[in-house]
Amino acid sequence: MTDVVELGFPSLGSIPKTDIPQRAADFKTDQEVRWCPGCGDYAVLAAVQGFLPELGLARENIVFVSGIGCSSRFPYYMNTYGMHSIHGRAPAIATGLASAREDLSVWVVTGDGDALSIGGNHLIHALRRNVNLKILLFNNRIYGLTKGQYSPTSEVGKITKSTPMGSLDNPFNPVSLALGAETTFVARTIDSDRKHLTSVLRAAAEHRGTALVEIYQNCNIFNDGAFDLIKDRTNGADWTVRMEHGEPLVFGTDSSRGVIRDPENGMLTVADVNEVGKDKIVVHDAHAEDSAYAYALSRLSTKDLPYTPIGVFRSVEHPTYDDQLRGQVAAAEAKLAGDHTSELGSLLRGQDTWTVD
Amino acid sequence: MHSLDLTGMTVEAVKEFGLGRKEAARAKNMFALGLLSWMYNRPTEGTIDFLRSKFAKKPDIANANVAAFRAGWNYGETTEDFSVSYEVKPAAMAAGTYRNISGNLALAYGLVAASVQSGLPLFLGAYPITPASDILHELSKHKRFGVQTFQAEDEIAGIGAALGASFGGALGVTTTSGPGVALKSETIGLAVSLELPLVICAIQRGGPSTGLPTKTEQADLMQAMYGRNGEAPVPIVAPQSPADCFDAALEAVRIALTYRTPVFLLSDGYLANGSEPWRIPDIAGLPDLSVEFATEPNHTDAKGNPEFWPYLRDPETLARPWAIPGTAGLEHRIGGIEKADGSGNISYDPANHDLMVRTRQAKVDGVARSIPDLEVDDPNGDAKVLVLGWGSTYGPIGAACRRVRKAGHSIAQGHLRHINPFPTNLGEVLKRYEKVIIPEMNLGQLITLIRARYLVDAMGYNKNARHAVPGRRARRGADRDVIAGVDGS
Repeated sequence: MTDVVELGFPSLGSIPKTDIPQRAADFKTDQEVRWCPGCGDYAVLAAVQGFLPELGLARENIVFVSGIGCSSRFPYYMNTYGMHSIHGRAPAIATGLASAREDLSVWVVTGDGDALSIGGNHLIHALRRNVNLKILLFNNRIYGLTKGQYSPTSEVGKITKSTPMGSLDNPFNPVSLALGAETTFVARTIDSDRKHLTSVLRAAAEHRGTALVEIYQNCNIFNDGAFDLIKDRTNGADWTVRMEHGEPLVFGTDSSRGVIRDPENGMLTVADVNEVGKDKIVVHDAHAEDSAYAYALSRLSTKDLPYTPIGVFRSVEHPTYDDQLRGQVAAAEAKLAGDHTSELGSLLRGQDTWTVD
Repeated sequence: MHSLDLTGMTVEAVKEFGLGRKEAARAKNMFALGLLSWMYNRPTEGTIDFLRSKFAKKPDIANANVAAFRAGWNYGETTEDFSVSYEVKPAAMAAGTYRNISGNLALAYGLVAASVQSGLPLFLGAYPITPASDILHELSKHKRFGVQTFQAEDEIAGIGAALGASFGGALGVTTTSGPGVALKSETIGLAVSLELPLVICAIQRGGPSTGLPTKTEQADLMQAMYGRNGEAPVPIVAPQSPADCFDAALEAVRIALTYRTPVFLLSDGYLANGSEPWRIPDIAGLPDLSVEFATEPNHTDAKGNPEFWPYLRDPETLARPWAIPGTAGLEHRIGGIEKADGSGNISYDPANHDLMVRTRQAKVDGVARSIPDLEVDDPNGDAKVLVLGWGSTYGPIGAACRRVRKAGHSIAQGHLRHINPFPTNLGEVLKRYEKVIIPEMNLGQLITLIRARYLVDAMGYNKNARHAVPGRRARRGADRDVIAGVDGS
């Protein structure tokens, strides 16, 4: 796979491996998959089941935690441990699980409503803490399970059941939001591009810390064609900026477009490569410590998605919350002279006692 | 009545230390303490030692406080204002080694002890809230016991993280007060559905809404009992004194672990911040709370292959197996959607739902088989009136009962530690008395449960105020009310 940088962090070291070769089928359950026929979720499920065997992790040490929504049915279809929790709370629940258990690979499956509306607070705090979580945010820009209301990523003016005269509120750009929260790994991919999706999932899995992967996912019932602009086989490439670390940000059907730094204001913008010259094209640096660069990239896609970067926006190595929390506990335990029971005795006794005969 | 210029004398006593008048006047509490120490013949060394260590880094302040304390003592000794001094005999207490302990400290220690006794690492997910925050502060100091404390972004994340940790095999605990309980309700419902151990420590305060954060009340009993969507029974344990918070915490954890259920530990601001002498327990005498995680498949599929059913129950406790991630062969998915009995797969079947609702209720009801009978204190043995209480009113109710007895009447006191489920003998106890009086710091919440469950025409006695020591007149009035009940008038 060459689409996405291989980061090679030794991030999975704490999770038990298996020597037994795994297949995608090992990760399937006997439960009937209940998404609508044609839903983009099927492609993501197949990609996840297809790539997990590559990691070689013991299946019992993988956990999928979800909230509520169509995508949140995901854990039922994964033959791992799983929890289908409540609306918006999966990042919080997963934070406790990942903190308590160093030996687990914890995945959060969520949607644009679950993660960005009702669960917005938990999401941004999980991201800023840098907990060892892999968050797959299925963005279909609509509420599907509740049958078609606009979501916090729907474009302004969206006509839905709850907004017959058009929605009024500005949408979130999930990648910009995540970068604003200083997320250490942020990527975007598309349900229909199995190869790219798989490469991004692998990079996320290898990242130690919180990884947020926004997956553009088509809801063919309530918001069909939301991403047709970039999925179009003939012209889609004109709008899709495929980011690879260390490579110039050139795109378009004939590689005629490129991302440059606007000499006027220093912002990133798209220009004709032949006009500006190849040396002006920005070379992608996913490891840039300052998130401002990745943020500027994320702003290339506005609410109407004209230019959409896909791939890894940012991947930097920072200490994780859960590793440090366990580190504090381990440091305190290391100083303990006796065992917990004898220490309990001195705790209860305290400093100031008296005796009654 | 004696009047004295407390501030003036204090300022005079500490003037050699060069403090400003305002700062000097702040030592007047020590002057008063010195005077009281003289009046009640209390030893002074402990106070002086305390002041010296408390202000070890500020010798001027230490010296001023000690001087004020001594001045107060000397004032009592030399002035002729006071003709008598008193000596209070030690309270009759069981032999043993004692220390002082507040309710929140005892509760925190109880949780640490439960972690040690269960062998499970304690995970506290909490959001700061008065009057519960001290438990978070305390537990954060005890990482050497393997305790993880997580200060969450909000109340919901606090309990969510605790539940996630429980799923992973930790002892998940969250601490909060009334408004936080409201926010946690949905997650408590999830814990009921997941049937995982979880302890919710609710330190009640005055409500509704923000209410009175620093004042006590018992008005969240109904919230603990019923404050969730759907039929979502949760056991409730209520400590009766600051030191009792230790035992109550162990008991809440016992129920949570044995029955795989969320449990409410319902304390309040009065217990949390109040303190009392505590006979330090013998570690060897603490209950064994060890648990067994599931390690083997417990069912066979249609083809004869072993499989794991997460909702196949223990026939005695109705608890489901606790299989934690990392256990090979027991991979399973659980969630808030109704589950098929046994397999735990999603089920929308109405008959199954009815069975599951009844089973979850039966499981919580069954906790009653593991709790002691309600014991009644009736020294004369002929009382016709029972005063039934719960929580922090134990002391005041006991004092009121003693006064009634001193006035020549008989009265019985019963105090509930378990409110859901009730002890199995409660119905029989209630029927033994002609009248049942239920004093509460709310408008009648326990009484509503008692009347509904046992069809007993209990009388309420309700105050929504702190346990102020009432004035003599008010106290007489209250006693008269009770005695009126005793006399059947």
